[in-house]
Amino acid sequence: MTAALVRPSGIRLHIVTGKGGTGKTTVAGGLAMALACDGKRVLLCEVEGRQGIAQLFDVAPLPYAERTVAVVPGGGEVWALAIDAEAALLEYLEMFYRLGRAGKALDRFGVIDFATTIAPGVRDVLLTGKVYEAARRRGGKDGNRVYDAVVVDAPPTGRITRFLNVNAEVAGLAKVGPIRKQADSIMTLMRSRHTAVHLVTVLEDMPVQEALDGIKALRDADLPVGRVIVNMVRRSPLDGAARGALSDGTIDAAAIEVALHKAGIDASPLLVDGLLAEGYDHLERLALQEEQRTILSGVDVPVIELPLAADGVDLGMLDDLAGILAGPGLP
Amino acid sequence: MTGPNRTGAASRRQPAPRVVRARTAALAAGPLDVDALLDDSQTHIIVCCGSGGVGKTTASAALALRAAERGRRVCVLTIDPARRLAQSMGLSQLDNTPRPVDGTRSLRGQGSLDAMMLDMKRTFDEVVVAHASPAKAQQILTNPFYLALSSSFAGTQEYMAMEKLGQLHAESAGSGRWDLIVVDTPPSRSAMDFLDAPERLSSLLDGRFIRLLLTPTRGPARIFSSGFGAITSTMSKLLGAQVLADVQTFVAAFDTLFGGFRQRAEATYERLKARGTAFVVVATPEPDALREAAYFVERLTREQMPLAGLVVNRVDPPAASLTAEEALAGAGRLDGADPAQAAVAALLRLHADRMRLQDREAHLQRRFAAAHPSVPSIAVPALPSDVHDLDGLRRVGELLSTGV
Repeated sequence: MTAALVRPSGIRLHIVTGKGGTGKTTVAGGLAMALACDGKRVLLCEVEGRQGIAQLFDVAPLPYAERTVAVVPGGGEVWALAIDAEAALLEYLEMFYRLGRAGKALDRFGVIDFATTIAPGVRDVLLTGKVYEAARRRGGKDGNRVYDAVVVDAPPTGRITRFLNVNAEVAGLAKVGPIRKQADSIMTLMRSRHTAVHLVTVLEDMPVQEALDGIKALRDADLPVGRVIVNMVRRSPLDGAARGALSDGTIDAAAIEVALHKAGIDASPLLVDGLLAEGYDHLERLALQEEQRTILSGVDVPVIELPLAADGVDLGMLDDLAGILAGPGLP
Repeated sequence: MTGPNRTGAASRRQPAPRVVRARTAALAAGPLDVDALLDDSQTHIIVCCGSGGVGKTTASAALALRAAERGRRVCVLTIDPARRLAQSMGLSQLDNTPRPVDGTRSLRGQGSLDAMMLDMKRTFDEVVVAHASPAKAQQILTNPFYLALSSSFAGTQEYMAMEKLGQLHAESAGSGRWDLIVVDTPPSRSAMDFLDAPERLSSLLDGRFIRLLLTPTRGPARIFSSGFGAITSTMSKLLGAQVLADVQTFVAAFDTLFGGFRQRAEATYERLKARGTAFVVVATPEPDALREAAYFVERLTREQMPLAGLVVNRVDPPAASLTAEEALAGAGRLDGADPAQAAVAALLRLHADRMRLQDREAHLQRRFAAAHPSVPSIAVPALPSDVHDLDGLRRVGELLSTGV
């Protein structure tokens, strides 16, 4: 089953986006671990300088260098990289032009600073360029790919299309030359069947709306949409019968009082009313969640739900997430 | 690059400010008094900041509405409101101009509320048209680099939010149309980007590269720019000669404009530091959001910027006080086969979940308060549904005032 994650679908580049606060870094981490099953090697990248991966995996802040952050059962490895635009530019210049002294001169004249802070889109070009390089890199004697899959903890939904599409814009600006060629190759990978953009959301009005807008924007830009990943879904302790009894009034203050006595709990009116209020509040939230779930089911993108972690995210929780993500239904 | 090592424009010009740190949590500031802040006629600018997804936009709209209904003449600058929230304030179109919001209930008819949504490209275009000669403006507006920079690249939103704030403030100072401006900050990767925008612009303009691009390629100046030939040829090799020509045209045409823009951005930055401004940091009771809030609070303190306090949004207090352990033990004593008992057992488990969540949230808030004892804060309960009308905003406003 896990083999189905990587090979048959052929997706090698997973871009994880989502509205702020929906937990896209956690999902990206869980996805990387899921993809690393069966002895695979996966690279998890971040591009926004937040050191979110280091916090997630509880390791020291990541430098601009690839290193292992997790080993999964079966010998798979998750490597991580915090991509830094300035370092990527110098590396790029060195790799393609063997600039040496000229590269240093560029730095001395403030070109690197200029290029990475203000020049239109260069930052995004460099970040996507490094992702592209890692996704295609081959090594060793057999010339196999270094990474079986690359997962990117990408910018939020509001910026994702612009971020991924930046090379198309560069191609519009630079009509010839190596940058144009590079931009074209990156866009070819981004738009290919080897790439999938996953949108993380929660079952609330604004994040769902943003995910829908994101799907439309990605499709308008010919970028491949992978999955909608609904994060932090609350598991309800109330089953269907309990919900029904609460909403039709079978369970009222009197019924709660009786049961509390049986449970050996002092049934003060404050407690009884409080439990009832919490129950109604919960029903209201469930109804709103259901509404959002219905909206999502109307979109022709497969949806995966991930439960809310009861005690915050830790490494054990990441394993659980990976298990769910590795289940049927993932690309 | 933004990051902890990057300091704002101000700290470069001034000696490092003394950071006053209270020694013990016993000195902890009290709750954030939102109404006192809104009613203080000396409060002229309120900036809502925080990481993405914490409810900044809703909080700034709610603060603005509450201030207006308490008698202030308010303009709220929103950056990227949810569609329905925008519609509730009459912002169905993006025309970059403050418009009166219908349906506010102002105290004694004194207050008023105008709202606008930032259109960054339009703001940028307006700056160009206002500050460059017609011929030069035309040259800039059609340059491919300008088009890319003004419409689609990260960072521009922050510059333009700053620019628009400056414009609104100048207008209110001139006409007296508003006495309070509430600003929402752009949904950037970091809450700090808003503060760093003018500094980034300055560092660009002071950069030798820009100077070099503006230097005539012939004549005596050439002598001083040894190595520049190597750079231009490298750039041409990388980008193609036509791109370099476009960049040079763009930079040359922009030179005069940038000067004024930078001055205004710095003036706005200074105004943000002055009395009359209040920063309200918004977070949710989650580790990431509070961590970002902590960075921001530390940064504001370091730069001696006026921090009003922290709003901890969407806390979820239980309605009953039974402990989680008691609730779970009680649930275990009930008979699962009996429908009524099973339902009440489920309610007890639900309550236990909420108690545990509250413990976790309270722990995070205590940790923040211990690290930042001088920052007043208020916790605001989660609304079961999203806000998309004035009544909803009014309710959030009340919650901001009273807290949990």
